[in-house]
Amino acid sequence: MANLKTTEKKTKAQSMGLHSEVLTGKTQQKFFNPDEAENFYYWGTYDVDFNKRIDLDVNDLDCKEANKKIDELMSQGYGTIVIKNPQGKHSLGVGVLNKLNLIFEGSLGYFGVGSIDGPTVRINGRVGWSCAENMMAGKVVIEKNAGSCFGAAVRGGDLICKGSVGARTGIDQKGGTIIVGGDAGAFTGFMMQRGRIIILGNVGINLGDSMYDGTIYVGGKIGSFGSDAIESPMTKSDIDWIKRKLKVAEIGENFDVSKMTKVVAGKKLWNYDALEPTEKKGAI
Amino acid sequence: MCGIAGLIHRGKSSNVGNELQAMLQALKHRGPDSTGYALYADNDGENFIMRFKVGENVGEGSSSINEDESVYDKRKELVDDMLKNLGAKVLKEEKLTPYSYRYEMKYDDDLMDFSKKIESIESVEILSIGKSLELIKDLGDAKVVLDRYDLGKVTGTHAIGHARMATESGVDIKSAHPFWGYPFSDVSVVHNGQLTNYWNNRRVLENKGMRFMSECDSELIAVYLAEKMRNGATLEEGMKDSLSGLDGVFTYFVATKDSLGMAKDTMAAKPLVLYESDDLVAMGSEEIAIRSILPHEIDTYDPFDGEVKVWQI
Repeated sequence: MANLKTTEKKTKAQSMGLHSEVLTGKTQQKFFNPDEAENFYYWGTYDVDFNKRIDLDVNDLDCKEANKKIDELMSQGYGTIVIKNPQGKHSLGVGVLNKLNLIFEGSLGYFGVGSIDGPTVRINGRVGWSCAENMMAGKVVIEKNAGSCFGAAVRGGDLICKGSVGARTGIDQKGGTIIVGGDAGAFTGFMMQRGRIIILGNVGINLGDSMYDGTIYVGGKIGSFGSDAIESPMTKSDIDWIKRKLKVAEIGENFDVSKMTKVVAGKKLWNYDALEPTEKKGAI
Repeated sequence: MCGIAGLIHRGKSSNVGNELQAMLQALKHRGPDSTGYALYADNDGENFIMRFKVGENVGEGSSSINEDESVYDKRKELVDDMLKNLGAKVLKEEKLTPYSYRYEMKYDDDLMDFSKKIESIESVEILSIGKSLELIKDLGDAKVVLDRYDLGKVTGTHAIGHARMATESGVDIKSAHPFWGYPFSDVSVVHNGQLTNYWNNRRVLENKGMRFMSECDSELIAVYLAEKMRNGATLEEGMKDSLSGLDGVFTYFVATKDSLGMAKDTMAAKPLVLYESDDLVAMGSEEIAIRSILPHEIDTYDPFDGEVKVWQI
C-alpha cells in the first residue's frame, strides 16, 4: 500500500491545485519541481485577438504546411482563422493549444482537429474518422456528418456533430461531452471511462460495450446493449443538464429529453476498488 | 490497409477511366503495391471481352518466378488453339504488355467449362470475361497502370478500383484486385480488410467446383458471391448473406453489368465514405478520393455497420 503524507511546505505546484499530497514509495511517480519555472510554460500558446481575422486557403498546402501556417498566424496574434478549401484533407488543425476561433469552410479527412486544448472550432462540412481525438478542452461543432471513432479518447470540452456519426463514437472517452444530433453506429461508447455522450437519434449494436464509467443518453432506438452496459433511470438532474447542453450546442430545440434512455456501466468490469484514491483518479 | 473506390453514373456515360484513376491516385498512400481497375465500358454489348495474362509481373513476396518472355508467346499460341477447339471466334486481339492480352470474341456456350479449359494451360489466368467489363490490374500506382494500359480514353457507366498494400500474399498480378466473379460475365469485386475464415470457405467452395487463382483472402468474396448467384440468389441477397458467411473485417464493392453494390461488416471496422445524388454515386475509403472528382462542397456520410446497398445504372 502506498504511503500518503501531507507535505509541510505548500509548493507552487500545490498552490495551483496540481496535487495535494506526496506519494512515496513509487519510483514512477513524477511531480513538477516548483523551483523550475520553465515547467509551467505551456508550449504553443500565444496571445491572440479574436477580432483579428484572416482567411487561409489550404487548397495547395499539405496538412503539415497548413498546420504550420495556422501556428504562424496565431503567433502573429490572429484569433479568428478561416480555413478555405480543406477538401477532405487529413490531420488539419491538430495540436492547437490555444484559445482560437477556427472555422473550416468545407470538410475534413481523418484525425481533424485532434489533440486540441482550448480552441472553438466550427466545421461547415463533414469530418472523417477520429475527429477531435484526444481533445483536452474547447468546443468543436460539425455541421454535417462524422466518420467512425468520433471523439476517441477525448478528455474534456464539448464535441458536437449535428448530423450522424459512424461506429465507436467516444471510444476510450475519458471526459468531456459528445453530442450527436443524428444517429450513431455500432459500439458507441466502447470502453469509455468517463464523460458523457448524448445521441438524439438511434444507435447501433453493442452500445457502451465494456464501458468502465461515464454516461450515455440515447433519444432513439438502441440496437443492443454491449457487455456491462445497463439502463439507469433518468433523474431531474440529468434532464436539466442535457437541456442546458443542447441549448449550448444549438440542436434539439424541441426534443423531449425526458424520454431519453440513460445507459451506465454495470461495474462488473470495474477493478479499481483495491487501489488508493489518488491512483484511482489517475487510472480513470 | 488498401484503398477502394467506386462510382456509378446513372443514366449517362462518362470518362470512368480518368475518374477512377483520380480517385485511386488520391488513395495511393493506402496501397502503393498494385492498382486494379474494373471499368464497365461503352462496348457494343454483342461480343465478349476476355482479358487474360500468360505470365506474371513479379514483385516482393510473390510465389511466382520471373520468366523469359519467349515462353509467353508459346502460351498465347496454346490459348489460341484452345479457343479454336472450344468454338470461340476471336474478332480482335491486342497485346497490352508482354504478359497480358485483350481479346474480343464470340462465344455462346458455358463460361465455366470455357474458363476451366483456358486456365488449364500453364500460368494462364483469365482476368475477366464480360460484354462491358474491362478488368485491368498490374503493379504500380493508378497513374502508372492507367498509362501502361491506355485507360484514359475509356468511357462507361460505372467502375470500381483498388490500390493494394500487400499483407497476407505477394506483390503480383494474381493477388491484385479487382477479382473477377468467375464464372459469371461482367462481375468484379474489390475489398479492403481481412477475412479470417478464408480457408474454411475456400475448401467448401472448391468442393463445389469453384476456382481460386490466388492465395489472397479477398478473392473469396468474388467466389462466394458467384457461388450464391450460381444457385439462384440475386446479387443483393448474396451480399447480405456474406455479412454472416464471411468472418473478419471488410468493406467491399461488387459490380455487375448494370449495377454497383457495397457491403460493410457488422463491426464497421473498415472505412467507407459515400456520396449519393440522383445522377452519380461515388464512394471510397477516404473522402479525398471523392473530392478528387467532385471538388465542390458536397454531402457525404459513412454507411453504418452491416449495411448493404446496390445501385442500378
